[in-house]
Amino acid sequence: MALDKPYKDIPGTTIFDADQSRKGYWLNQFCMSLMKADNRVRFKADERAYLDDWPMTDAQKAAVLARDLNECIRLGGNIYFLAKIGATDGRSFQQMAGSMTGMTEAEYRDMMLGGGRSIEGNRRIGEDGDAQAQHQPQGHAAKDV
Amino acid sequence: MARITASVYTSHVPAIGAALDQGKAGEPYWQPLFRGFDFSKQWLAEQRPDVVLLVYNDHATAFSLDFIPTFALGTAARYAPADEGYGARPVPEVLGDPELASHIAQSVIQDDFDLTLVNRMDVDHGLTVPLSLMCGQPRAWPFRVIPLAVNVVQYPAPSGRRCFQLGQAIRRAVDSFDAGLNVQIWGTGGMSHQLQGPRAGLINREWDQAWLDQLIDDPVACSQIPHIDYVREAGSEGIELVMWLIARGAMADVAGGARPVVKHRFYHVPASNTAVGHLILENP
Repeated sequence: MALDKPYKDIPGTTIFDADQSRKGYWLNQFCMSLMKADNRVRFKADERAYLDDWPMTDAQKAAVLARDLNECIRLGGNIYFLAKIGATDGRSFQQMAGSMTGMTEAEYRDMMLGGGRSIEGNRRIGEDGDAQAQHQPQGHAAKDV
Repeated sequence: MARITASVYTSHVPAIGAALDQGKAGEPYWQPLFRGFDFSKQWLAEQRPDVVLLVYNDHATAFSLDFIPTFALGTAARYAPADEGYGARPVPEVLGDPELASHIAQSVIQDDFDLTLVNRMDVDHGLTVPLSLMCGQPRAWPFRVIPLAVNVVQYPAPSGRRCFQLGQAIRRAVDSFDAGLNVQIWGTGGMSHQLQGPRAGLINREWDQAWLDQLIDDPVACSQIPHIDYVREAGSEGIELVMWLIARGAMADVAGGARPVVKHRFYHVPASNTAVGHLILENP
């Protein structure tokens, strides 16, 4: 009998379960390697060459190079591992989280100062909250130069 | 005999540690948050615990995907603050209590909780930020710390019910330790927050407040809340709140004693991406 996965119907959310973890094993272990200062230097010197040392898929490597965190998560990445890339780039956790919404840094920070994202309309896929697929991207990050 | 005298609950946002370490605690953004811990610092200084059993989660720091222990108890003599990619926090080394930790391990495992024991581990912001919030910036932490790391990174985290039961087993273990120690148990993480995807930035103030009410007044019912409710209502990372149930389960009323006294309660939005909750419960 299949396991119950009731968390599949939450909009804009990927739960890092065993399936995702299996898919993203090498992606996440690559991220973990950035905990060491020497590795951060090597990665920054030649990102492509550093990634090619890891048995990751081409799609995973491309997502890392593009810093597309939503795509990284879809391909099995976990945010606490992916945060090591952000740390290497000198970005805060808030910048990283905000980058997945399509908002600019200022737009996202203002949303948090205003009390955060509302739960209304964002509990289940099919409702009409701002995290639903039909409302992406949410801000003006794509228009930033 | 050792006794658990109180439990403390707080969120453990990394940006809070960074704000303190970089001298930004007085800035308007951070002031209201740190004010919420003024009472707590004074209270803790008066309580003078010998040991704090600190329930927290590792954020892909000590544990990568190589090992994913559900409950990992630290039995080491010392733990270094970890480099999480930004360099290690400039905070004191954390001293453990191997004797009490080993006693708890033996008692709790024989009580049917299959703990992982850890003798070498760096501790990340999950453990050091609560220490900073409660102690400020001392040259040495004023008590020994027994880390209990809970997996909340790879789904599923342990259930609230299981966490609540583990707290009860820890209380029995501490009660059977011969030395007369003043022990506190801290539950950390939460409250509502989501760090990923288009729903990042979710905060659910009403749900958080109702959850705090229930944690205090009806912890048995609170422990029955299923994972999906945390994830849906409090965000994918809000599930960290199950760790608070370990600390709550260790309070005297759960074993038929008197109800705890609420010494302090605080709630603030935002700290970076997160709603910060804080409670102090004292056994009478």
